[in-house]
Amino acid sequence: MLTCRALWKKLAPLARASSTVCRQNVRRAGRTPLCVPVAHMSTGPVGGGGDNLKYALLVGAAFVGGLTYAVITVKGDQERHRERMAAIASRKQKSASQIHTEPLGELSPAAAPDAEAAAPTADSKPSLPSHAPYLLIGGGTASFAAARSIRARDPGAKVLIITDEPDLPYMRPPLSKELWFSDDPSVTETLRFKQWNGKERSIYFQPPSFYIDTEELRSAENGGVAVLTGRKVVHMDVRGNKVKLDDDMEISYDKCLIATGGVPRNLQVIERAGEEVMKRTTVFRKIDDFKSLDKVSRNTQSITIIGGGFLGSELACALGRRSTESGLEVIQMFPEKGNMGKVLPEYLSNWTTEKVKKEGVKVIREAVVKSVSYKDDKLEIKLKDGRVVRTDHIVAAVGLEPNVDLAKSAGLEVDSDFGGYRVNAELQARSNIWVAGDAACFYDIRLGRRRVEHHDHAVVSGRLAGENMTGANKPYWHQSMFWSDLGPDVGYEAIGIVDSSLPTVGVFAKATAKDTPKAATEESGTGIRSESETEETATSAVAPAAPAPVVEHRDEYGKGVIFYLREKVVVGIILWNVFNRMPIARKIIKDGEEHADLNEVAKLFNIHED
Amino acid sequence: MSYCKQEGKDRIIFVTKEDHETPSNAELIADDPDDPYEEQGLILPNGEINWNCPCLGGMASGPCGSQFKEAFSCFHYSQEEVKGSECLEQFRSMQECMQRYPDLYPQEEDKENPPSAESGGSPAADGSVLLSENDSSSVASPDSVSAADG
Repeated sequence: MLTCRALWKKLAPLARASSTVCRQNVRRAGRTPLCVPVAHMSTGPVGGGGDNLKYALLVGAAFVGGLTYAVITVKGDQERHRERMAAIASRKQKSASQIHTEPLGELSPAAAPDAEAAAPTADSKPSLPSHAPYLLIGGGTASFAAARSIRARDPGAKVLIITDEPDLPYMRPPLSKELWFSDDPSVTETLRFKQWNGKERSIYFQPPSFYIDTEELRSAENGGVAVLTGRKVVHMDVRGNKVKLDDDMEISYDKCLIATGGVPRNLQVIERAGEEVMKRTTVFRKIDDFKSLDKVSRNTQSITIIGGGFLGSELACALGRRSTESGLEVIQMFPEKGNMGKVLPEYLSNWTTEKVKKEGVKVIREAVVKSVSYKDDKLEIKLKDGRVVRTDHIVAAVGLEPNVDLAKSAGLEVDSDFGGYRVNAELQARSNIWVAGDAACFYDIRLGRRRVEHHDHAVVSGRLAGENMTGANKPYWHQSMFWSDLGPDVGYEAIGIVDSSLPTVGVFAKATAKDTPKAATEESGTGIRSESETEETATSAVAPAAPAPVVEHRDEYGKGVIFYLREKVVVGIILWNVFNRMPIARKIIKDGEEHADLNEVAKLFNIHED
Repeated sequence: MSYCKQEGKDRIIFVTKEDHETPSNAELIADDPDDPYEEQGLILPNGEINWNCPCLGGMASGPCGSQFKEAFSCFHYSQEEVKGSECLEQFRSMQECMQRYPDLYPQEEDKENPPSAESGGSPAADGSVLLSENDSSSVASPDSVSAADG
């Protein structure tokens, strides 16, 4: 391109000039086939043949001179251009060879600092590595867990995380739980929360000093984890082992993890309802969503949450708590018969709904939204059965759409039953490509093919992917768990397949005041239960809570354990207000045995003890 | 007395403390401690350190990961009478590194045990505080880690 342009620029005036000269020459030589009127120049030479010859020679010389000049200039330009391209190419080559001299695996020696990288480039953009040995697409929980796993197993590993969010990796559960219960008015800025034992922590997995700059990744002696924020991977070339970003930047990799999570779904009726409605609707997943919902909750009178699952119910309870101070009206509506209707058996779902109501939430059951419109400065939600709800703001918590944008360009299989990228038991999609977290539809040796959207699964699968990316070849085996707290009185931990359509057997005892999530965390000293099962900093021993007076709950389902069965085998367990027994539950699922009497199995949990 | 009710496909059993006093006759399959699929604790069956143990937190993967690994490996394999006494250099370089990242490795000077030259100095104590994590998913109990000594 450069050549042509330069060439043309240089040649054009000369071409024009020479063509005129040429034309004039031709005319003078009388070779034109057409009858062109001879231009008689007023000052032109009029003379004999001798004069003509001299003139012709002069013009000829000028023409040749011009042509020579043109050729020389163009050649010079070409030369300069070639030199420049060579310089850029050599720079790239030098840095590429720098990285490739480091062998992968456990025996990588430290690389000499790359002096070339220090040289400022002509571009104003920060220099990014053109190659990352470990490339992690997505900057969430699974990605961070994988990065940690890789760094632990491959000394000196260089890991590059690319995320389209502006934030470093953070944990999601507090966004709909602990952060709402914080007393600190600046919590939306600090994103820190105090745990029950007084210990504070940030939602970010690690502070910024843990990570290295993307510029340093190439030369870091002991490797490190670099995070590239605000960039999206738009294309994946599996054959060439490289990806392309949204700014056309290309990065090649040796091993790649796709941990792109998902995008919250919205209701179609809302998406079609126009801008005024969309402006007043939030979907909830990221830090920004938390900040904006916090702001909204202080500035409106009525919020409606559509969705009765984990997220919807947790947000409803969190906002319901606020409503007692601020007079905010909190409504929750869903198509099921009760909160967590797809997870808990009906009797428990009903009981939970009553608890949610006690948190100050107006619960509207069996509500299917027919249309939403903006009228008289309020949102009007019309339900299929005729009921109408008027509110100021809507939060849609109706599920997650797994992000499989790269499937097409990468040629990766997408699962039609569960969504997400289809991977094997070792979380591998194709050679050198693994998938973990919400976006992975994987084969669970025990429970069959599934896709799990929970925090602990992201941690477990991220770790496993990291292990397998460093040569472990282990299948998904350690069952992940999940938990939910609905207010201070109702908390449960669960593991396996917990689907309310399965037959269940529940074994219950009466609860005392000691059997609450609050008491559980105080006792085990693990702060928030986001930590008790997953890795994190240790906590110092906490003095046990003073014995509380025994309070009999009016309801029957104080605490217990619920088994979910598939053909007489326990595939899922919920520990209802019974804590720190997850290893036993995990064991029962792992065994996969048929138990004749589940009451006997329930004995293993000691539900009457603390 | 326990009683039972059935709501459709869901069975509900209520039990008193006495009902559950008799030991369970439910059979569980014995665990294989060398099962390669299982999550391992801090020390692998072959005696090596499992750097990926959740109990280590981010110690082995952070900016001071390699220093930590060297120091801890030296300590782990130390055969000296006073374990880790030959590892002072590694622990020192680890501590130096950690001091460069105060918000990653909080300098808890008050909490650590009085630094004793025998057990490898304060970083070992710091390490043991971090290792005594109440992690129900790790197989090895923190006490099995000899760094908890001293």
